Amino acid sequence: MIALLARDMKLALRAGGGFGLGLAFFLIVTVLVPLGVGPQSALLATIAPGILWLGALLACLLSLDRLLALDWEDGSLDLLATAPLPLEAAVTMKALAHWITTGLPLVLAAPVLGVLLNLPGPGFLWLVVSLALGTPALSVIGTFGAALTVGLKRGGLLLSLLVLPLYVPTLIFGAEVARRGAIGMDIATPVLMLAGITAATIALLPFASAAVLRVNLR
Amino acid sequence: MSLWEYANPKKFLTTSERIMPFVWAVSLACLAVGLIWGFFFTPDDYKQGSTVKIIYLHVPAALMAINAWLMMLVASLIWLIRRHHVSALAARAAAPVGAVMTLIALVTGAIWGQPMWGTWWEWDPRLTSFLILFLFYLGYIALWEAIDNPDTAADLTSVLCLVGSVFAVLSRYAVNFWNQGLHQGASVMRVGAVTGSDTAEKVSNVFFYPLLTCIVGFVLLFVALVLYRTGTEIRARRIKALLARERIAS
Repeated sequence: MIALLARDMKLALRAGGGFGLGLAFFLIVTVLVPLGVGPQSALLATIAPGILWLGALLACLLSLDRLLALDWEDGSLDLLATAPLPLEAAVTMKALAHWITTGLPLVLAAPVLGVLLNLPGPGFLWLVVSLALGTPALSVIGTFGAALTVGLKRGGLLLSLLVLPLYVPTLIFGAEVARRGAIGMDIATPVLMLAGITAATIALLPFASAAVLRVNLR
Repeated sequence: MSLWEYANPKKFLTTSERIMPFVWAVSLACLAVGLIWGFFFTPDDYKQGSTVKIIYLHVPAALMAINAWLMMLVASLIWLIRRHHVSALAARAAAPVGAVMTLIALVTGAIWGQPMWGTWWEWDPRLTSFLILFLFYLGYIALWEAIDNPDTAADLTSVLCLVGSVFAVLSRYAVNFWNQGLHQGASVMRVGAVTGSDTAEKVSNVFFYPLLTCIVGFVLLFVALVLYRTGTEIRARRIKALLARERIAS
């Protein structure tokens, strides 16, 4: 499992694209928003949590179609499926590698971009907490979507159509934590809901992803 | 005599063809009676005027939009567990019908909302979750269309339907949390109101009976459409098999 994780991370780091691309995309989205809605700092401060969450979500989505497609093309997925390691564990490791290379940098970069969007002071902590809690769920759900569309030639657009509705609950609670944190409201309920969604998706979705992958590898 | 006998495509086709004319006839009769009764022979609401009459389309369509997904969920489970092809094809046949029902509910709601709420669209939990349900339908249909191998497609869409159901329910409660509603609560079917033990507000019987007729009409319309479309899918599958066999033979 560790070897698989290390391999995936090495591939993501060295092949280019994976690591930097998501971050760059996140940065560009954040820069484009003030250009689109105007530079009024009060307006930006109110929409900052939502924008940062949306940017992180789209950056996650961007790298999903490469998550399994490369292994599918060169046949290493077939090897993984026949390996002694259960496919469920392999899929979980894939999601973890995706999170470390995409989700974690986003979490770390978010405060910096929060400054750009004039995020109110108390919001920074809860923005980071909500992203740290929510992005693993995004990776796991995304892995399910990638497993569904892995056999398709032009799966990219379909992948977005399938995955985005599944992202709705995570986005709602994640952005709600960040928004409430920014204006100093009580955040207990959405934080717990967000953590619950993440825990449940990590526990259950790998089984669905592995089942779907087996069908695709048939 | 067991229910699973109808999983045989041939048996399914003959039986469905035998009952389909009746389902069509009763459905269209109910719809005609219910809609004409509702549109022309019920009084205007004292507050909402004649706009209240859109309820005869809106409520049954919304009801069927959710029930269609439920039916797809059951059919997907049957496919995954017992591998009956008719079941997978029925789920596939129901999806576009459900998507259209969702669209009807959304559009009639918007038309009603414009004079009543003063807005075509409002980010109300019910409206939002219906929009999300519509997106789920679109994704499900798109996945069916994208995969060539019919068995793979059936497996993948079935799993998507299961996962999607969980997330759809989750989204429903998430949007409830996210925004307080403008949409009125359930007022058509109230157990307490029917048994008379509850004085809560309920749709008056004047509106209720034509509405019930319309709901019956919509349910049967859905059944008829799904039976019809499933039959078409089975035949399309047969033609494909015949063509493939001929290509091999020649």
